[in-house]
Amino acid sequence: MTHDHILDPPAGGRTGGLSHLLDMQTLDRGSITEILDTARAFHELAARPIKKVPTLRGRTVCNLFFEDSTRTRVSFEIAAKRLSADVLNFSAKGSSVSKGESLKDTALTLQAMGVDAIVVRHHASGAPLQLTRWVDAKVLNAGDGGHQHPTQALLDLFTIREHFGRLDGLHVAVVGDVLHSRVARSLVQGLATMSAGVTLVGPPTLLPLAADRWDVDVTHDLDPVLGKVDVVYLLRVQRERMHEQFIPSIREYGRLWGMDRRRLGQLAEHAAIMHPGPMNRGIELTADVADAPNALITQQVANGVAVRMSCLYLMLGGETADRG
Amino acid sequence: MAHEILERHPLAADLVLMGIHSRGVPLAGRLARDIEQIERVSVPTGTLDVALYRDDYARMGPRPLERTHFPVDTEGQTVILVDDVLYTGRTIRGAMEAVIDQGRPAAIELAALVDRGHRELPIRADYVGKNLPTAADEIVRVRVVEHDGVDTVSIEPAE
Repeated sequence: MTHDHILDPPAGGRTGGLSHLLDMQTLDRGSITEILDTARAFHELAARPIKKVPTLRGRTVCNLFFEDSTRTRVSFEIAAKRLSADVLNFSAKGSSVSKGESLKDTALTLQAMGVDAIVVRHHASGAPLQLTRWVDAKVLNAGDGGHQHPTQALLDLFTIREHFGRLDGLHVAVVGDVLHSRVARSLVQGLATMSAGVTLVGPPTLLPLAADRWDVDVTHDLDPVLGKVDVVYLLRVQRERMHEQFIPSIREYGRLWGMDRRRLGQLAEHAAIMHPGPMNRGIELTADVADAPNALITQQVANGVAVRMSCLYLMLGGETADRG
Repeated sequence: MAHEILERHPLAADLVLMGIHSRGVPLAGRLARDIEQIERVSVPTGTLDVALYRDDYARMGPRPLERTHFPVDTEGQTVILVDDVLYTGRTIRGAMEAVIDQGRPAAIELAALVDRGHRELPIRADYVGKNLPTAADEIVRVRVVEHDGVDTVSIEPAE
């Protein structure tokens, strides 16, 4: 693991600034707090009639997506545009990538065009880190394979902190397919850094074998957990995995690990329900749970823009301008 | 300064005070209190963080963001920016842009506790607490009770 993407030390009353955003384990408590505090200001900005500020005028942000993801790409695009950056979208479909161009050649092309930041989603774990070795641009990981999805974790931490006023000492149940989930990996690390407790809940086939080495509790039974947690975080059932026979059937999954009205009633009164989206109503949660007042799912989406603005703001200032 | 503002704006009609972070915020609060004591009218008072409008973001990097709050719609109002030290004028330029982005005020004015000179932009204050001639390498430091526990203005040699 290289450490070329850790935060620069803060100096002279200024923020530390981020160099790259690749994963959650290299973000310490101070860095996460800074990103969330900054996101707070951008969140307030979203309530104003004019939501755009000129901060990143003249900067170019490239969304480089090798996997389909409308919501994450759109969220990053809005974030960059509200900061007045120029945005170009580069998706694998209909680009030279489908003609066989390698990641490296794509990266060098973007480098030659002088982009300042690359937001990358790739099916291979570690692709964003590899990019940092080829380009001068700041790299933001928007999901790499089964590895990490740091901005999702940060927007989840922000949403929880806004709702409860703190992260410290909260208890979060992460329910479902932890094994294949980069969202879970990033979120669990972030929660641990911020001193929140985690219980992983799911079928044994969908929990990572090494989960006992994570600093979490593990159980296969959802009901006993419900009364004890502050947040139930439901992971998306990846239907494409179903033919791999990790679970007997979708219906059984819903019965054992889905949130329905009955389970909603077992939660503590203050407890919240979250989901990274896109959600499968009727599987991870029933439609009435998704629309319950303690479901924070639409807040998560709105907060995603503020958190991504925060990351871009903290990453694109300073020395990059001198690079020319 | 409150009297000067009232001289120009009888009964403080259609005024909005915007304190610029960080020391301008408590100063705007005090001006509002003084105006209220003199005229018994309460002036809407907000806060403005200029970090997103600075022209040195690319050079100096990001700064921590503070709260920006417009207490009322500024369309058609006279917005008085309040800051502690007026120096190059670059902060005020950013502040004007931030205000104009949120609507078209009738006018923007500037109240500064200290004007230390060395302007780099064609900007002047409408209300000045004190003009302080300084050398460019000196540092003018305003301390206010709300932030620093004392009210002082001092000129300090460069660090």
